[in-house]
Amino acid sequence: MLGIAILVFREVLEAALVVSVVFAATRGVPGRERWIGAGVATGVLGAVAVALSASVIADAAAGMGQELFNATVLFAAVVMIGWHAIWMATHGRQLALQLKALGSEVSVGHRPLVALLLVVALAVLREGSEVVLFLFAQVAGGFGWVDIAGGIALGVAGGCATGFALYLGLLRIPIRHFFTATNWLLLLLAAGMASQGARFLVQADLLPSLGPKLWDTSTLLSDRSLLGQTLHALIGYDARPAGIQVLFYVITGALIVLGMKVWGKPRRRTHGAHGAPQAR
Amino acid sequence: MTSMRIPKLILACGILLAGLPAAAEDTDFNLVIREHKFVPAEITVPARKKIKLVIENQDATPEEFESDSLNREKVVPPKGKITLFVGPLEPGRYPFFGEFHKETAKGVLIAK
Repeated sequence: MLGIAILVFREVLEAALVVSVVFAATRGVPGRERWIGAGVATGVLGAVAVALSASVIADAAAGMGQELFNATVLFAAVVMIGWHAIWMATHGRQLALQLKALGSEVSVGHRPLVALLLVVALAVLREGSEVVLFLFAQVAGGFGWVDIAGGIALGVAGGCATGFALYLGLLRIPIRHFFTATNWLLLLLAAGMASQGARFLVQADLLPSLGPKLWDTSTLLSDRSLLGQTLHALIGYDARPAGIQVLFYVITGALIVLGMKVWGKPRRRTHGAHGAPQAR
Repeated sequence: MTSMRIPKLILACGILLAGLPAAAEDTDFNLVIREHKFVPAEITVPARKKIKLVIENQDATPEEFESDSLNREKVVPPKGKITLFVGPLEPGRYPFFGEFHKETAKGVLIAK
């Protein structure tokens, strides 16, 4: 049972951390529980579907279907986070102004919650499909249902508890820094996902590795340790990254920051001197 | 200031895409998963060369090939066959295992 619980925990943990960051980032948005719940549910259904079609996916694209699928899922999540971050940069200012002007609650329901729903769904789908496959193997391996059910229960409970602990930790950030912090977390999450996506494409020989192992910090912090895995899920920590992973990481982070700067600028400057641009 | 940065990024992406699919003139190395064990459990490959690993799962259960030192993971469906690329590797020992049957599915890749 313990073996099953540990594997389930590992996978659930990664998904739960993503969900916590999204949950924190949508603090104060009405109805967010429903959106995120829908994301998790979609992800679970997707995970079962992916696990059931594992053979089909594996054989697709000349045997590189798995890598392409994983990379696509990861890059889709990156785009969704980027879209949300840039949207927030564009509208956040207006929302804040409205809030000040009206002194009352303005619904932020128009923000692209569907983007974050997809981020949650894709994270659950990716990690969940491995759990389902693993459970197939255990059932076929003759494990009793008590072992399997107990393992799932323990693993899911442990993973969710860790995610919840992260959420509670984030809530302790003072409110004036809160959304800055969650925005950065989302950005690092996206950069980490891009790096993982690149790794899959190197594994499929679709991208050059640019150095198969740029550095090795596995003796300092192993990917398998709890902290290593937490940081892997949150900020894309990799003890032995390929050069291209680091490149994808940096470019993704830079593009999102750039997008936020470019589109986040107020378009119409109504008061002249006030908004004078700095000389170069 | 910010607009100056865009061309550089586009350039970087361009360079990246230009180097895309490196033609595969690689050597194949085969592994079999049988009764939740890797056969052979030790496989020797040339160092400093990109290696194509072909793994065939003869069991009726799924397995996941995983290696921390190679930084690779890939599901091997029941009765399925997968391919993945590793390296170029420095000479050394690179352990791998089957995530779904850790007790038995263990092996090591030796780069010489």
